[in-house]
Amino acid sequence: MSRDNVLHKIRTALGRGAGQAVPPPPAARIRIPQMSMDIRIASMLERVRALAGEAVATKDPLSYVAAAIAGKTAVASNAPFLAECGITGLPGVRSGVTDREELRELCATVDVGITSADYALADTGTLVLLASPQEARMISLLPPAHIAVVPRERILTGLDELFSLLPTPADATSSMVLITGPSRTADIEQILVRGVHGPGLLSVVVV
Amino acid sequence: MSTEFAQKSHEALVDPKLQLAIYTATGRLKEKRIEAVADGVLPDYQELRTQANAIKKHTIDNLDHYLEEFERNVEAHGGKVVYCKDGTEVSDFVLGLAKERAAHLIVKSKSMTTEEVDLNERLEHHGLESVETDLGEYILQLAHERPYHIVAPALHMTRYQVADLFERELHVPQEIVIEKQTALARSVLRQKFLAADIGISGANFLVADSGAVVIVENEGNARLTTSAPKIHIAVAGIEKVIPRAQDLATFLKLLARSATGQLLSVYTSFLSGPRRGGEIDGPDEFYVVLLDNGRTRLLPDKNKRQSLYCIRCGACLNTCPVYRKIGGHSFPWVYSGPIGAILTPQFMGVQHEPALPFASSLCGACGEVCPVKIDIPKILLELRSDVKKSDAREGRNRLEKLGFRAFAWLMTHPRMFEMAGRIGRSMGWPTSKNGPLGAWLSERDLPPLPAHSFRELWSRR
Repeated sequence: MSRDNVLHKIRTALGRGAGQAVPPPPAARIRIPQMSMDIRIASMLERVRALAGEAVATKDPLSYVAAAIAGKTAVASNAPFLAECGITGLPGVRSGVTDREELRELCATVDVGITSADYALADTGTLVLLASPQEARMISLLPPAHIAVVPRERILTGLDELFSLLPTPADATSSMVLITGPSRTADIEQILVRGVHGPGLLSVVVV
Repeated sequence: MSTEFAQKSHEALVDPKLQLAIYTATGRLKEKRIEAVADGVLPDYQELRTQANAIKKHTIDNLDHYLEEFERNVEAHGGKVVYCKDGTEVSDFVLGLAKERAAHLIVKSKSMTTEEVDLNERLEHHGLESVETDLGEYILQLAHERPYHIVAPALHMTRYQVADLFERELHVPQEIVIEKQTALARSVLRQKFLAADIGISGANFLVADSGAVVIVENEGNARLTTSAPKIHIAVAGIEKVIPRAQDLATFLKLLARSATGQLLSVYTSFLSGPRRGGEIDGPDEFYVVLLDNGRTRLLPDKNKRQSLYCIRCGACLNTCPVYRKIGGHSFPWVYSGPIGAILTPQFMGVQHEPALPFASSLCGACGEVCPVKIDIPKILLELRSDVKKSDAREGRNRLEKLGFRAFAWLMTHPRMFEMAGRIGRSMGWPTSKNGPLGAWLSERDLPPLPAHSFRELWSRR
């Protein structure tokens, strides 16, 4: 519609010609602190807990998840790590779904969504999930509770390290989502309520 | 001052419940921001501000280049970019697409840009159902009101008002417990998400090197809006573009901290194109609407164009002594507070509300908290000058001009000044609120007149 018109107005206002070269942008600011793995894990757990999420570091994720979903229904993503941990085989857990409509209906009815995470950010307690055949968007979004099972080596220091590892995330996926704590709102009288549209319960299991 | 601006400001000032609501909410947001950017928590805060300002400056100064790069990359990922000059073009595009795809139900996530062009009203006028899904925005849509605050749209409403509203509009029993009100909205909106044909979102950033739209939010409604329906349309102002994904390492650290004091918002979505082969879910179609709607009017002025650096964090509202008294609905357009006071005159023309740039004490707090270092006080001054020039062109301020000329003459004639002083002291200040200075005096008290002038005291020494 107005493409050429808008671009023309911009160029006229800025005094630029079409296709005119631009000076290089200021260098991107990336600062990665030194942080041992133990400190990363401690920070990750502390941050998630500060946001009212549950967080544990364990060598036995299977028992933890089994206890958390006992008597409940759950859908697990196709992340190989969940299968390695044996989580996809737990009673009540559906996994391996690849059809969009089927998955959506499932996610809208189960109690718990279980995913892994591609990365985690220690300084903010954030999970990073890239949409792929292994990780669907709806599993961490529609069920009222979300459990993420993350191998410890995927814990990065923070945003700077993430964007230095993935300088252009769009090369890898059409959707990268950063999850920092359970869904929340404070739109009525500034009173904090969790679980308004996304999961109100978030558990992070560091393995 | 236009009667409407004065009238609405006055109404807010005399409403004690509203005063308390604004004071409490902005005060809390303000305190949280201060904690989140404190030296011990974010030692490089000032460096990040400087970097953010430098990136915004570079991008806006070369805006056409980055928009074209963004467009190429969106298309490389299978999406489409649509430039629109105004709200009519946005709604024409959405209506056209809705018709082609036989779509009826639209879910929307929070977007100030769509508020600018009254997108919901335009779509509903043509028979589409367009539902706001952010809790605050949903409440406001039911109440037919504009956002009160850029970040906390329903800041002025109490749980009791929400209870009445839900009872009236959703035909449910009175419910005053906020958790239950939220749960009710969740269940109503969940059905909408699952049935919607199109999702319309805003955008916090457009990333040129990735062709990506970045959206930050706390509720999850933007994630649902952008991934549950088969079509996702993001509507963004042209100024939202940044060069690289890596720049997010700077901007994301500033945005949530400045807005709500969070280290990061709960959800940050980085979306580039429709779902790809193998991905299980996500939209089949992805559009980015790039809206001008007056933005190009801000570009010619090299100083004032920095108004377009704004990342809509709302920090200037929370810290502003004027916003904290007169509130959001007194402002004449969708943007309120200091940023509204500089955007509105530039988007709509200075005569849209000539009093706006003057409704500031120029205390400078807004400039100090701005994460991208927009010099709001300076732009306010420049806009004041623009208002006066425009008044002069239209012959509006003859009386004021005459007054200042008389004053200048008096100040340059010492004898006459002395005489005027003596006459003034014997007569006292004009205090009538109905006189020529009535409007000015209605908001101000004059200091008492001294018995002797400085000149008299000096000569007696």
